[in-house]
Amino acid sequence: MNALIRDQMSPAACVIQRFKKETQDTFTIELSPPVEGSSFHPGQFNMLYMYGVGEVPISISGDPGDTDRIIHTIRAYGAVTSRMMTLKKQDMIGVRGPFGSHWPVEDLAGRDILFVAGGIGIAPLRPALFHILNNRARYGKVLLLYGERTPGDLIYRNQIERWRGRFDLELEVTVDSAREGWRGNVGVVTTLMPRIVLDPSNTFAMLCGPEIMMHYTLQELMKKGLKDDQIYISMERNMRCGIGFCGHCQLGTAFVCKDGPVFLLSQVKHLFRKREL
Amino acid sequence: MDNSKKTLELHPFFEGMDPDLLEVMVCCACHQEYQPGQFIYREGDDANQALLILEGKVSVEIFATQRGSLGIQTLGPGDILGWSWLFPPFKRRFDARAIELTRAVALDGNFLRQKADENHRLGYELLRRFSRLVVERLQATRLQLLDIYGKHV
Amino acid sequence: MTKNPLKVADEVVIERDDLQQILQVLGDDGYQTIGPVIREGSMEYGELKTVAQLPIGWRDEQGPGTYRLKKSEAPSLFGYVVGAHSWKRYLYPSIARLWRSERDGSGFRVSEEKDQSHVYAFFGVRSCEISAIDVLDRVFNNEQFSDSIYNGIRKKAFILAVNCTSPAGTCFCASMNTGPRAKTGFDIALTELLDNGRHCFLAEVGSERGASVLNKVTFRAAGEEDDKALARGLLEGALRQMGRTLDTSNLKTIFSDNFDHPQWEKVSGRCLTCGNCTMVCPTCFCHSIEDKTALDGQYAERWRKWDSCFTKDFSYIHGGSIRSSEKSRYRQWLTHKLVTWMEQFGTLGCVGCGRCITWCPVGIDITEEAKAIMEKPNTL
Repeated sequence: MNALIRDQMSPAACVIQRFKKETQDTFTIELSPPVEGSSFHPGQFNMLYMYGVGEVPISISGDPGDTDRIIHTIRAYGAVTSRMMTLKKQDMIGVRGPFGSHWPVEDLAGRDILFVAGGIGIAPLRPALFHILNNRARYGKVLLLYGERTPGDLIYRNQIERWRGRFDLELEVTVDSAREGWRGNVGVVTTLMPRIVLDPSNTFAMLCGPEIMMHYTLQELMKKGLKDDQIYISMERNMRCGIGFCGHCQLGTAFVCKDGPVFLLSQVKHLFRKREL
Repeated sequence: MDNSKKTLELHPFFEGMDPDLLEVMVCCACHQEYQPGQFIYREGDDANQALLILEGKVSVEIFATQRGSLGIQTLGPGDILGWSWLFPPFKRRFDARAIELTRAVALDGNFLRQKADENHRLGYELLRRFSRLVVERLQATRLQLLDIYGKHV
Repeated sequence: MTKNPLKVADEVVIERDDLQQILQVLGDDGYQTIGPVIREGSMEYGELKTVAQLPIGWRDEQGPGTYRLKKSEAPSLFGYVVGAHSWKRYLYPSIARLWRSERDGSGFRVSEEKDQSHVYAFFGVRSCEISAIDVLDRVFNNEQFSDSIYNGIRKKAFILAVNCTSPAGTCFCASMNTGPRAKTGFDIALTELLDNGRHCFLAEVGSERGASVLNKVTFRAAGEEDDKALARGLLEGALRQMGRTLDTSNLKTIFSDNFDHPQWEKVSGRCLTCGNCTMVCPTCFCHSIEDKTALDGQYAERWRKWDSCFTKDFSYIHGGSIRSSEKSRYRQWLTHKLVTWMEQFGTLGCVGCGRCITWCPVGIDITEEAKAIMEKPNTL
């Protein structure tokens, strides 16, 4: 499948070339790939192993056109990710992957693309956006809506500023609350939806964020006339092995690690928001 | 006046409203412009206007003693600002401040309230449309309260 | 006596006293033979060197939450069915080290575990268990990945099946179409024939490997009227003795329409979420991935261990567990076995062996639970 999967369960030690703190709890690491280079599809994830602490699934957030580095943006939510935050340049981290399904950017040439990101959900979407911007002429209108808690929690700030300067990308950022001085939007990401103009016959949407946020965004997209086979969502479950064997990430019929994390909405609509499934 | 009428007719908020009722709206409409940073109203002011934002961006804020002005919601073209004029005590609960150069159509709240008392068909239309707005804002606020991007959702 | 060499699908008769020769040949061929033996009052699968070690003359009585071995008059070698163990524990060890790793400067070196050297002969595999192995074959070979531990052992394993002539009270292989007679997936299949002073085995050749073993033991031709007819009769009788039934005709619709059926709540009042059912189930494959690290941080190992979807941790993601109620965990297990498994692997996850019924400390019965929902579907 991919050069990086030498043995599916054994991590390859990779050197951290760059460590960038994005916000108080979020950081980006840039790794040099083990010998073979690292190709991946936007939306796929790696299992990252912090030596002696543990392993966590983290989506790849770099440019798929650049195989010289592996980039991950990580929010320190649990024991392993919090310890990863203490890493620095030249430290090693274990990598297994890439695993899982991907945003089907190749198949969507000629389409208008809407990205809706909530919180750290921007990280798994970024490779798809990179791909589209690298091949900008092949796509129609491109919109990115990004919601966060506060302005201080926004990641990729410099890049977002640069993107904002592009005429071929519509970008809206909104936060749940802001102090004085924030000139952007305040309000949940769904409140941006009524303001955007979509061509429902040619738009494909990719959503990544907390399930509640995706749930309400879906409702707004339905109001705009998008159908279940025009919307992709990225799901989160307890992924431990990454290869569909350990069973922990099951969501009804799906193994999220292998059949997901990216699903076409029509594949999972009957499972989505089903309590304790 | 013709200009205002067209603006109101095209505004999604008044979509499908009977022409005679829309005529009442037009009677009390006037164009407004706010410079970036300018307060449109402040907490405690008498509430006597609803604003249909045509252009620009408005921040609804609350002032907290130690934290300064906190943004609660941002409104833009197509949005409605202000409903306190509909309900007692007819006072503004928040600050509203233009972030960008903002153009809006203002409707006279006192006038509309009086007309609504006289003409219940108008009153019903106004309440129906404003209630829907309130519900949408309430739903959005509930999501905001969840802190969905935080650690524990 | 010169004989033509046996071929796949041939049937011959082996006398009771010659059965030991099979064990002998398997041993000579380098197999480590595992078979039914009695330990601590129950039948388990352990190392088997002689026929005398088999639970000769023992029967088992099984019901919800109960298992008893009883001595019977008949000196049968295979008069019991299945115990708590299944062959799963040999093919897919309950605990396995995946790799070891040492610190190396600021990095680390990983050495993979290569110990898949076991060459097993499974002696006395029931038809439902062959189906269970088939299920695991599908689980551990998905379209993208293949599990090296499982497949390394599985490829080499020799399977000597025993057809069931007296099912237990918790058996329902007939409903699941997995027994009582083994149809495929074995190297040799035996049917024990014991009547009127006769004690022998009808042996069917299932593979070239099976043929080569049988060619080295003493056998005689099987008689159409006596041996084969008797075996057929016994197996037909077994079909009628199933202790339980399960209607599989409409599982998908029934369970997707009854996600909120009150029965889930009811059974969760009894379920201890102990996970026994998942441990004894011959197809449950879930495991945890755990790291062990030396205190000085210079050495680490990764292990996998059988895990159970009945624990709260099983579905944990940051912030909490997806399935935090007992009800949702029982529902996950049952609907996985009877519904979602089919879409995942093209087969049901239940083979009707009845172990989960027998070994449930409170006697929850999967067939009864399914029936309760089928008989009174949610009309909401």
